[in-house]
Amino acid sequence: MKTKRKKIDYSKWGYIFILPFFLCFFIFSFVPLIDTIRYSFFEYYRSGIKEIGPNFIGMANYGSLLKSDMIKYASNTLILWIIGFIPQIVIALMLAEWFVDARLKIHGTQFFKVVIYLPNLIMASAFAMLFFTMFSTNGPINSILLAMGLTQQPIDFLGSVVGTRSLVGLMNFLMWFGNTTIMLMAAIMGISPDIFEASELDGCNSMQRFFSITLPLIRPILAYTLITSIIGGLQMFDVPQILTNGQGTPDRTSMTLIMFLNSHLKSKNYGMAGALSVYLFIVSGILCFFVYRMTNNEDSDGSKAAAKKARKGKRG
Amino acid sequence: MKKRTVSVLLAAAMAAGSLAGCGGSDSANDGKNAEEGSVINIYSWNNEFRERVEAVYPEVAETSKDGTVTTLKDGTEIHWIINPNQDGVYQQKLDEALLRQADAAADDKVDIFLSETDYVNKYTDAEADVAMPLTDLGIDPDTDLADQYAFTKVTASDENGVQRGSTWQCCPGLLVYRRDIAKDVFGTDDPQAVGEKVKDWDTIKNTAEELSAKGYFTFASYADTFRLYGNSIAQPWVKPGETVINVDPKIMAWVNDSKEWLDAGYLDKTVKGQWNADWNQAMGSASNVFAFLFPAWGIDFTLKPNWDGDDGMWAVTNPPQEYNWGGSYIHACTGTDNPQHVKEIILAVTADKDNLLTISKDFSDFTNTQSSMRAAAADDANFSSDFLGGQNAFKYFAPVAENIVIAPLSSYDQGCVELIQNSFSDYLQGQVDYDKAKANFETAILERYPEITQVNWPE
Repeated sequence: MKTKRKKIDYSKWGYIFILPFFLCFFIFSFVPLIDTIRYSFFEYYRSGIKEIGPNFIGMANYGSLLKSDMIKYASNTLILWIIGFIPQIVIALMLAEWFVDARLKIHGTQFFKVVIYLPNLIMASAFAMLFFTMFSTNGPINSILLAMGLTQQPIDFLGSVVGTRSLVGLMNFLMWFGNTTIMLMAAIMGISPDIFEASELDGCNSMQRFFSITLPLIRPILAYTLITSIIGGLQMFDVPQILTNGQGTPDRTSMTLIMFLNSHLKSKNYGMAGALSVYLFIVSGILCFFVYRMTNNEDSDGSKAAAKKARKGKRG
Repeated sequence: MKKRTVSVLLAAAMAAGSLAGCGGSDSANDGKNAEEGSVINIYSWNNEFRERVEAVYPEVAETSKDGTVTTLKDGTEIHWIINPNQDGVYQQKLDEALLRQADAAADDKVDIFLSETDYVNKYTDAEADVAMPLTDLGIDPDTDLADQYAFTKVTASDENGVQRGSTWQCCPGLLVYRRDIAKDVFGTDDPQAVGEKVKDWDTIKNTAEELSAKGYFTFASYADTFRLYGNSIAQPWVKPGETVINVDPKIMAWVNDSKEWLDAGYLDKTVKGQWNADWNQAMGSASNVFAFLFPAWGIDFTLKPNWDGDDGMWAVTNPPQEYNWGGSYIHACTGTDNPQHVKEIILAVTADKDNLLTISKDFSDFTNTQSSMRAAAADDANFSSDFLGGQNAFKYFAPVAENIVIAPLSSYDQGCVELIQNSFSDYLQGQVDYDKAKANFETAILERYPEITQVNWPE
């Protein structure tokens, strides 16, 4: 009897309820994913309206991608990402620290939180379009600079490598720093106030408090922010695409990996685009693995262990 | 956290998937005739063609309010399938429909589709055989379309010279100039006198020097002159059956001349290419740009909206070289189930002299019958333009149209023209050297067209 009763099992309802999700996942994500990988081994594109292929060609697509400018575009992507990420994390840390600090008593933090998050809600392409117009050679920014006498000649922002890359970085910074700030605020608020109080009693100044207490204790979230941002950066596309009209000008220095992917899709080159996607998939897969490790392991970066050691060392 | 992100993403993917499923579903109609289908499907990128069919095709009874269905007097319905041209969306949707054409139900088959000069060759290709030869429809180009401008017929023909499309429109380009600047520099704004000053490349270069001395630019951007060079290439970008791109010496002449003009200050350095804010501003009253090179539609749809001064400040005259810019071609799609209607529509909109004159009057198109355009050129009362200070632009369009020799086309033109301008923009702006620009073009073109094996540069 007892054993029989134990067999009464409601888990099948659980499976039934999650079935729609898995069905959708299978049809709309998994099958296309496998198809992408399959096509990456084929020569398969359209010439005019004639379809070429699919002909199996093994790893040829992967090989010719390595020989193409892919590495250059990868480094473009990385540079564009870094230009946006460094100011983003610095400003976000500063704002998060200020907003959370009870002693500063900043009024209207709620209002500022909403305002700094707002750029994230604007469509990236609309944002890029706005910047394109503002920073064009005869645009409003140049008019202001000329009127103020800061420059004699209009500055050709979008015609120079530095200008274009900085603008892309600036836009990514503006769009994402609010998001990061809010995430870091949550992390800082998660730190026990006891520690801050204790440090104040010990005569810790605000700099010391930030670098010796706040920063080490939010390291896991910082690392999470970093890696999700890299994955986002790998897929960077809309801002440079609109800003440079899809050309990655000047001299292909703002061409990102996804823009490269898109230029293959113009000729419906599923084979080559598939191979490129597989490369991107592998890179993001590795990065995801790190995020997974970090979010599932309380002490992934060893900060707590280090803190314990330090405490023990002091006592001993 | 991560799970939630994943599920949100999946939900989004699902929504996107189900939305994508909505497009392009056509309700099949019943009650069809024995021979002709009851639905004519027409693929286009805007309402231009519909408006012209409504204006001149006598069988049209009415069009639904949303503009998607036009009913003919015999009950046949025209279904308009409109996709925007931007980012190649139109071609993408059309290509998908054409690949499905053989298996599609009779009423879902594409019957008519439109193409632009930039990519007409992709669809008139004999091997692809998606656009029907006009003779198969019962239209004899030599007699029925005899009054059309010759170059439009060449453009719509495949590599064997079989005409596979027809157009109501013809886009000869002119030089449009500012009257006030002309008066300031030349002392006259008379189109004939100014035309004399810009009649060929050597003369216009001397004129540019005169303009530059007074602080004016001749044209806004190096891209403005590209079509004049690009339209006069001697060999196609890619020869039929080959996978080698041949860059014509004319194209390199454009690069070199543009560099020279830029360095001499004849062009505005701050305007980079066309269709951007700087270019639009150059058409305003505050700009120092003397002239633009535009066909009829360019004057109406680009110059006019950007001009902020009074009417009558612009005038047209002959360009330094005859050229064509744009044009929409009508093709009967292979496998159509309404050949009789298709034939009637094509003839009504592209061959009937009176119809085309009506289109010219109503929509200010430069239309595709030589005799009616000659008539328009002589008819100052009906065809003079207030924007051009009462000038009858047809007087200048007509001779240009008659002298256009269309460059040999290939199905790679769109990509080649776009990418060569982009690659050499960097060179013209001093970002890269000449050889780097060449290398960048090669990289870009191989990314766009995987079947291309080689790029040949002129010596």
